[in-house]
Amino acid sequence: MERKIEEQESNTTLLGAVTSEQNGRTGSVLLDYLKCAAVGLKIDNINRSFGDNHVLRGVNLNIEPGETVVILGKSGSGKSVLMRHIIGLECPDTGRIFVAGEDINDPEFKRNHVLAMVFQSSALFNSLTVSENVALYLREHKIFTEESRIKEIVSSALEIVGLQGKEDEMPSEISGGMKRRVAVARALVMNPEVILFDEPTAGLDPMMTRTIGDLICDLKHQIQITQIVVTHDIDLAFYVADRIAILSEGRILEVGTPDQIRSSTNSGVIDFIKPQFA
Amino acid sequence: MEFLRTTGGLLGLFIETLYWCKSAISNSDKVFAQLYIIGNQTLPVGALIALFSGGVLALQAGPTLAQFGLEENVGGLVGLSLAKEIGPIMASILIAGRVGSAMAAELASMSVYEEIDALKTMDINPVRYLVMPRFIAMVLALPVLVIYMDVIGWFGGGLVALVNPEVHLSLDVYYRNLSELVDFVAVVNGLIKAMFFGVIISIVCCYVGLKTKGGPREIGYSVTKAVVMSFVLVLVSDYYITRILLFLNID
Repeated sequence: MERKIEEQESNTTLLGAVTSEQNGRTGSVLLDYLKCAAVGLKIDNINRSFGDNHVLRGVNLNIEPGETVVILGKSGSGKSVLMRHIIGLECPDTGRIFVAGEDINDPEFKRNHVLAMVFQSSALFNSLTVSENVALYLREHKIFTEESRIKEIVSSALEIVGLQGKEDEMPSEISGGMKRRVAVARALVMNPEVILFDEPTAGLDPMMTRTIGDLICDLKHQIQITQIVVTHDIDLAFYVADRIAILSEGRILEVGTPDQIRSSTNSGVIDFIKPQFA
Repeated sequence: MEFLRTTGGLLGLFIETLYWCKSAISNSDKVFAQLYIIGNQTLPVGALIALFSGGVLALQAGPTLAQFGLEENVGGLVGLSLAKEIGPIMASILIAGRVGSAMAAELASMSVYEEIDALKTMDINPVRYLVMPRFIAMVLALPVLVIYMDVIGWFGGGLVALVNPEVHLSLDVYYRNLSELVDFVAVVNGLIKAMFFGVIISIVCCYVGLKTKGGPREIGYSVTKAVVMSFVLVLVSDYYITRILLFLNID
């Protein structure tokens, strides 16, 4: 799927802001660099047990190219385990996961596809500065030979997530929300076809939650990247999702658009999405 | 079962690290960074330990040798002891305690806080990125540290032999005897041991660090486990390496 470059002209969103007249030059550097096609993803009957604990019980899910799918579920329902399977950190007992038709456990898969993940803990390298964290992938894979190009991309990525000027800070010197945004910048410079967000707003204040939500929406609208968001934050789920999959006790209970989920008659879904303090 | 799993894990990590040594030149910045850390953390303390260890050897052996009129052999005794045994063991214990523990803590912390997983998702091999530079730096640094500590220890021994009234050996006589008995092969013997100890400490500390799961408490356990395991393996393997070196006439 081609990126809709014309949408980058919008100045109503975070990404739009950096491509506006004021910041256009720097912000567009990353947007020009991000030119891989969005891909679809198919999760086919994934089962996974840890000892006697059967965490994933035949999970099936299809994700269209460029779609943002939120996997919603209560704590312990297997969301993060499913995410770790999609990124390749865990292997399923049975079942397969395909990205653009290729099995992610195929030895050739990593040569052809790049998936990035934003961890719940941000997982920044504490011994590296913010810019070194973001540049790590580019440097280790020698994507560019010129250091100036790497710095340009890193500055652009940090500007997109609203962290310009924080290049030389250490992760220990910035807030949790900033760390999460550095992790997004680090994922973006990988030029991924799919970005996975594991509880992106966990532990953040409402304003920062909104900022992260806006960032996910901006990526969806302007880069048209395939995104999978795992969360138990219902507000975030309805805000960013094209479709929502409700995961309960290792099974997908229901999949649908936010409106379909709101009007679901499934008692498990109703119990989960109804306001808890109303 | 746990013993077999750990042994297999250590061997597996060692083989994988050897494989990734092919990338040493392109990762030389990381190797130098580790060498700098090792040097920074060990040189001042190493000098102090070596000076007093050499001194105490002369202090203990000097009067006994003097009783038999053999005090001029203090140089050779201190020199050989330091070059072949005490130097490599002292340097290894210092490195395991100061650098190995820090390695285990850093890697354990990275494992617990998902940084290792983050590396994997970026298709950056943790063994190439984290273990190989530490391994090479330690294998290179330990023999150098042994030479450094040997020389300072020899000086410490000479100083004590000079000022101790029960021995009162001039530095000239001390060093003449030392240079007669401590030949190149004796020094090489110690350096070979140091390289093996470097392999053991780096692989053990990195392995324990990378295998850490849980939280801050487990990081603490891992550091203790890595240091104790390093000490034990260094001391046990010292015997076998000595036997092999004797067999090969590198003595």
